[in-house]
This record gives sequence, structure tokens and C-alpha cells, in this order.
Amino acid sequence: MTSPAPRRKAIEPPIDPRAFDLLSLTLAVVLGLHAPHLPWWLSIALALTLGGRWWQRRQRAGRVPRWLKLPLLALLTLAVIVEYGNIFGREPGSALVVGLLILKLLETETTRDARVASSFACFGLMTALLFDQGLIATVVVALGLLPALASLRALEPGQSPVSLARGLLPGLALSAAALPLALLAFLLVPRLSSPLWGAPSPGPARTGLSDNMSPGNFTDLLTDDHPAMRVSFDGAPPPADLRYFRAYVMWNFDGRSWRYADARYAGPREPATLEADGSIRYQISLQPTHQRVLPTLDVPLQAPAQASLQADREVLADKPVNDELSYSARSALRYRLQSTLDERSRRRGLRLPAGFNPRTLALAAQWRQRYGSDDAAIVQAALTLFHNGGFRYTLAPAPLGRDSVDDFLFDTHEGFCEHYSSAFTVLMRAAGIPSRVVTGYQGGYWNKFGNYLLVRYSDAHAWSEVWLAGRGWVRIDPTGAVRPERVSLGAAAAAGDQLSWYRNDWLQGLRNRWDVVNRWWDQGVIGFDALRQRGLLTPFGIRDTDTATLGILLAISSVLFITIGLAWALFRRRSHDPLRDALRDLERRLARMGVVRGVTEGPHHYLSRAARALPGQRDELARLMSCYLELRYAHDEPPPESLRMFQRAVQDFRVVNVVK
Amino acid sequence: MRDSLQRFQRWAEKRLPALTRYRRPESLPIELHRRRIYIVPSGFGIGFSVLLLVMLVGALNYANNAALLLTCLLGATSAASMLVAFRSLDGLRLSHVRAGHAIAGQPIELTLAFDSSRQRNAIRLDLGGDIVAFAIDANTTAQVKLTLPTAQRGWQPLPRLRLWSTWPLGLFRAWSWLHPDQSVLVWPRPEVVGPSPHAPADDARHMHLHRGDELAALRDYRAGDPQRHIAWKASARHDHLLVKDFEQPQSRPQWQLDWRQLNALDNEARIARLARWLNEAQAQRCSYSLWLPGDEIASSSGPLHYARCMNALAQLP
Repeated sequence: MTSPAPRRKAIEPPIDPRAFDLLSLTLAVVLGLHAPHLPWWLSIALALTLGGRWWQRRQRAGRVPRWLKLPLLALLTLAVIVEYGNIFGREPGSALVVGLLILKLLETETTRDARVASSFACFGLMTALLFDQGLIATVVVALGLLPALASLRALEPGQSPVSLARGLLPGLALSAAALPLALLAFLLVPRLSSPLWGAPSPGPARTGLSDNMSPGNFTDLLTDDHPAMRVSFDGAPPPADLRYFRAYVMWNFDGRSWRYADARYAGPREPATLEADGSIRYQISLQPTHQRVLPTLDVPLQAPAQASLQADREVLADKPVNDELSYSARSALRYRLQSTLDERSRRRGLRLPAGFNPRTLALAAQWRQRYGSDDAAIVQAALTLFHNGGFRYTLAPAPLGRDSVDDFLFDTHEGFCEHYSSAFTVLMRAAGIPSRVVTGYQGGYWNKFGNYLLVRYSDAHAWSEVWLAGRGWVRIDPTGAVRPERVSLGAAAAAGDQLSWYRNDWLQGLRNRWDVVNRWWDQGVIGFDALRQRGLLTPFGIRDTDTATLGILLAISSVLFITIGLAWALFRRRSHDPLRDALRDLERRLARMGVVRGVTEGPHHYLSRAARALPGQRDELARLMSCYLELRYAHDEPPPESLRMFQRAVQDFRVVNVVK
Repeated sequence: MRDSLQRFQRWAEKRLPALTRYRRPESLPIELHRRRIYIVPSGFGIGFSVLLLVMLVGALNYANNAALLLTCLLGATSAASMLVAFRSLDGLRLSHVRAGHAIAGQPIELTLAFDSSRQRNAIRLDLGGDIVAFAIDANTTAQVKLTLPTAQRGWQPLPRLRLWSTWPLGLFRAWSWLHPDQSVLVWPRPEVVGPSPHAPADDARHMHLHRGDELAALRDYRAGDPQRHIAWKASARHDHLLVKDFEQPQSRPQWQLDWRQLNALDNEARIARLARWLNEAQAQRCSYSLWLPGDEIASSSGPLHYARCMNALAQLP
């Protein structure tokens, strides 16, 4: 027997400390999830407010006075306006939501306030997903629902006290039970093909490759190991030294940086001719870049849908890639690109700015003199220079002066792919060989589990193409001459121990393997849009699932789930006392004969009375009674054998009408 | 507002008896069954679903699938909480109701015993304006105490009780009506002032007979002790005579309270006076007897006797 202390309801009773603690925890989670994109001073101010309020209520329950609350509200609005300029939009909106939430805690004293704060906190958790909808972020946010649910539970009066951690568990169980229905609703809720209002402002995008290249501007990219794209091949992947992904082809050099000139400046031209020997098909899913360029395996045969092949066989999409984009393409690994070079292109391929890099020009002239018209020998001479000239591969090279190529070739001797490709191309042009810089990605990690090639931003690379008579444009990777493992193993291997600790081998391997989960999440969940939803029922023969069908399906399957849930809710476990059940069975049988057991009547009295009332069964009833009394009172736990016998005897008990 | 709501409720019950099909009193024990548990979203539940709708539209508008997944999860969780709310009442058993004692006009304390085969939380019981919240552990009985206002003496049937819960999240409110077929006995209200009871004549001999009849100890025989005070059995085990020593208690008056003495008054006034005399007698710890039409209670004292007398008074027609 328990005797709980019942609590009387007063008018708007203050919530108990446990519920308040859970609510504070919820808000702390919301604040923690938003802190990375809030201004640091706002995060700290809000955290202090939260902590202060928590401490204050521990001392004494009571609202924060109005004279303090209203100025804080004004201050918050002012802070958001000062920081962002307005209060609408993603960043200012979420800052305002988090701030209001924490101010709400200042006046939270009653159940009603706490419920409002808890549900508003759920909204705050959702807005955190507008900034990052990765798998881990989503899981963390979903776990953030637990304290919110727990605080709603804690608001209910009259419950057995539990510890804080155990208070979170029922919410987890409830959400886990609700997960199938949630997934179903997620699949079937009709997506909007166009937004109802506004367009989401693009996130702080990783720019990826840019359309110009000057020494040093790759550094950020080469240390960013977020996935840039994932490539899956039809058939075997190409060997590691052929995994070059072409993005920009740069002709224009101004002495310092290389610049890509797209069709708007160079004028629309036919793609360069290509004689291919065999081809390879592959699918690329590209992370948003907010640029038009679509990297393709060197060299693409044709452009994917809604993209076009440019003059130098680089691929530009019709629109900037603002969402993750999947495209498939076909490329040739062995090819002869543009076997005849027109005069205009030749001139472009030889153009150098006047008055830069005199020592480089002199070296090239010297080579030209030595090797005569043998272009291939000059290329080889340059590669030999890089290989044997004391050059070093480093991600932190010394800065270069005005004659950047001279400084690099003759003084600093250190740099990474863009230094090498830039210097090599200038050397070639100075020696009279048409050449250009190509940027893109090279290498990548072959994920065995997912059968795809993971290319990270750090795999960005720059190389050169030189035009040789009879062979067309030939890809020369001068970085490979210095650091062959850059080509064969990838950027991380080439950088050696210059990278921070968290990119060491085993962790990197783990991250690469984990990427298969990320890919699944990105493609299966994040990329599940209106288009994919329409094709949802293709396996069942419905080519185009429209909104009405989805609605009907959603309704039907919700009913199905609710039925399952109801079955659970209505299920009653059999009582733990089979002996009592058997006696109840006997009582039912006897009641049919008019011997009803009284509320306060014990089994002995009742069965004796029954025996007197039914003389025909007196012996049987007496036996049943003694059997019951023994089973009930002679043992702590009735022996199963005797229990079964008693149950059988009750089942066999028949009331025989006695003719009096 | 409240009145019109109650009027509406009465009207609805008359028109749609199925709404409260267990309106008629029923005998204990009452076990709650799915057919008598009702469930609707609470006000907070409606507000919460509006919030869910806002979240849904926002997630769809921004084509943010992670947010959509979160919204779906929250929505499914709230739907599941409806089943939990139902289950917190389903199978609950009111096994008995015990009433305390109270005089008319004072609230009477009721103890309701609920038992359950599984653990339940945050169940609330309404009776008039009184709300009690309680929890039950698995396979135990919870004694829930609440008070019932009383108006007049006699048997007062228990009103309809509402058992409800918004467990676990406060989004849904499940309730059921309990109307136990049981009455509580309300004692009559004693009059405030009035004459003392007619003190019965102190019969000296009577007093003497009753004086010192409580055995205090055994002591050695002294010359002059009455023979009938000798403890023969105890003395047989000793080599001298022992005498039962009796205490001389304070003389306790014995009151004979009689309905017939109060001819001048009407019934209720007689009952009120007798109730006051009973109170006084109880306060002075004297023994008393009570004569009522159809009931005669022999002289005695103590709380049980008092309760018996008051019960008899309360049940007078």
C-alpha cells in the first residue's frame, strides 16, 4: 500500500523545481545549438541570463520584475537590429527566437508559462536545422527534444519522483515508438515544388574552386576537408593517376593571377575537337557551390543535361548550383584533344604580360636554343628542373613578390600545385609552346563500402596543358614531378605532417568510411525533394505520384499505425495471479447458480456457503476449497503442478441442477 | 460562462445519454473500461498542433528535410501521447470508498482506494472544486483523500466524480465519470447554546457500588479488610493472604439522554440538542446512554460509543 501525498490545486500554482530545471536544460540545449552562428557576445549574454535566472529561482521562486524584463526585451531587439540590420531572415530571426525564449524563462512560474516555453523551445530546435541539416546535427537536435518532452512531463502534478536522467528516458521511448509513423509521414507529406514565400537565403557556402587562381588562394581550399563531390562509376573506377576532374581552363595571365574567361568574354565557340579511345560513364553528386561549373572527369565527351560543353571542354551548368546536384556524364581517359590549333588559340596560348618575370623568360629562351624545335624535350627539361632543382611541396610557402614566377623558380623553391602549374605554364609560353592552366580536383578517396569516390575540397588541384603538334593538348602535372604521391595518393599524403592532428591517418580513414553514412543521409533524406517524391511509387507501378495520391496514402497508413497503437493501448496484460483468476472463474460459475460472492466475503466463507447452497456438489466444492486454501496460504508461491490441477478442476466443475 | 457551460452539459447529457453513459450510480468496485474513457485535445494540445503546423509549413517552404523530419517526429510523438493518456486511465479500479465523520455543514473527508496492475502517474480526481492528483505504483493501492461538502444530516449519496489525466505531455485530456453507489452518513449539527442535560440524581449507594471497582494492585492483608476483597487464588500461591486493592476513581456522572424528555421541541431541535449533549458528555468523558424512538443505546463511553450514538441520531427520520 502506498499513500501518496495528494496535492491540492491552488490558483496557478508555481511549477516545481524539477520541471524548472528541465526547462532550463532544454533552453540551454537550444542556446548551445544556436551558439555557433550567434554573435559571441549575444551567446554569452544569453547564457548568463539563463544561468542567472536558474540560480535566482533556486533561491526563491518568483518572477523577474517587470522593470527588468521590459528593458531586456528592448535590449535584445536592439542588439539583433544592430548586429544584422533587421529582424527578419534566417540569422536575425533565429537570434530573436533564442533570445525571446530565454527571456520567456524569466517570467516562467506557472504551468501555462512553462508549457509555452517548452513548445516554443521545440520551434527553436527546428530553426537550428536551417543552418546545418547534416546527419549529426539532426540527431543532436532530435535528442534536444528529450529535455523538452521531459519538462512537459514534469509539469504534470502527482507523479512518482524519478532522477533527472531517468526522467529523460520515457520521452526517448515515446519518440522511438513514434518513429515509424514519423518516417512514414516524412515520406508521404507532399513536398512543395516551389516555396510559398521568399526563397531561403543561401547558406554560408563553401565556394569550392574559384574562377581565378593566384598564388596562395588555394590554401583555404586545401585545408578544407568537407566533401566536394561523390563520384560513382559504371564499372571499375579509373586508376588513381587518371582521376583528374576538369573544372576551369584558364588562359589569361596578368603576371600574378590566372583568370577564367567564360563564353561571355571569349564568345561562344564550338567545343574543341576530341578523338576518344574508349569512354567511361559515371555519376557525380556535387555539393552546392553557387557557381556554374560542373567538374567532370578529364576529358568529357558530352555535357550532362541542363549544362553545356564550353570551348575547352569544361562544363558549365545553365544555372548556378545552389542545391546538391547529381549529374551523369561520359568521359574519355585516352584522347587527342584539338589536334589542330587555330591561329587565334595559338596566340592566346602564348600570351604573356610584358615586363614580368625576366629570369624565367631568359631560362625558357635558353632551353629553346638548346633543344631547337623539340617541344617535348623542353617540357621534359622543365619537369626535370622541378624534380631535381630542390623544390619542396608545402602548403605554407613563402610569399612571392611582383615577379612571382621568378621568385618561385629561382628563390623560394617552395609551393603547392598552383605555384607549380603557374610557373610551368609561364615557362612553356616563354619557350613558345601553347599552354594553359587547368583547375579541378584530383584524386579522392575510394570508399569500398559505398563503391564511390569521395572527393573533398582538399583534393582541389591545378595542372597544365601544353599543346604538342600531333598530340593536341597534353596534360602535364608539374606538381607530380616534385611530389609524385600528390598524384598517386592524394593531397593529404603530399602535405605530410603539415596538417593538424585531427587529420592523421586513422582518423582520416575513419572519416572517409563514415562518409558513406553522410552520403546516404544527403541523398536519401536531404535530397528527397518533390521530384524524388513523385517517383516514390515507381516500384509499385505508379510512375507519377501526385499530391492527392500521397494524401490518401498518408491517411491510410496513419490509420494503420493508429490501429497498431490502439491495439497496444487496449492490450491488457493478464494478471500475475493465476490462482485468483481461477477462483474468479469458479465464482462466475457459481454466480450463475445464484451464489454470488459478497464484497467482503472471504473465500472460505463463500465456498462453505456455496457448498450448503448446492448440496449436489458439496464434496467437490469442499475439495476445491481446501485445495484453494492450501495453494493460497500454505505456500509463498503456489507449486505449478498443483496450480494446474486446481485450474483443471475449476474448468471441469459443472453446476448440476438439483431437482428439489 | 461557467453556469451556461454547466447548463449546456446538463442539456447534452439529457439529449445524448451516451455521452455519460455511466451516469447512474453503480456498485463498487468500478473498473474503468475503454467504453467509458473519453479523450479530447486539451487547450494546450490545440495550441501545440498550431505550432506543429507552423513548423510543418516552414520546413516545407524552405525545403528543409531535416526540419521536416523533426516536425514529423514531434507530431508522431504527440499522437502517441494520446494513447498513453488513454492507457493511464484504462483498467484503473476504484475498489472502495471510506468516509470520515463530519457534522452537517462541514466538509466530510472521503478516502478512495484505487488499485492498478501497472504504474500510473498524474491522475486527477475532481469533486466539486476540489482537485487531487495522485500516482499509483504497479500492483498497489493508492488512498486518495478528498473532501465533500455536506448540507444536512443523514445519508448523503456520493456525487459523480470525474477522474481525468493529461499525462504524459499535457496535450490530451482523458477523463471518465465515476458514480459509486454509496452514501456517506452526515452527523447532525449540534445546537450552539442550550440547557444542560437534566443531571440524573446521584444515588449514593449507586455511587458506592461503582466506586473503586478498578483493580489497582495486590497488597498484604490488614485487619479490617473486607473478606470479599481477599484474592483467594493469588493467596493460595503465597504463605499469607493478599488483598485486592481498589482505586477510588473520581466519581463519573452517568447521563441518561432521552428523546422523550424533550417533548417541547420539534424533531430537528431535539436532535440538535441531543447532539450537543452527546458532545458535552464526550468532552467530559462521562458515560452516557441514549434513548431514541426505535433505538436504545446502553450506557457506555469512548469514541466508538460516541460514533454509534451520533450515527443513530443522524439516521432518525
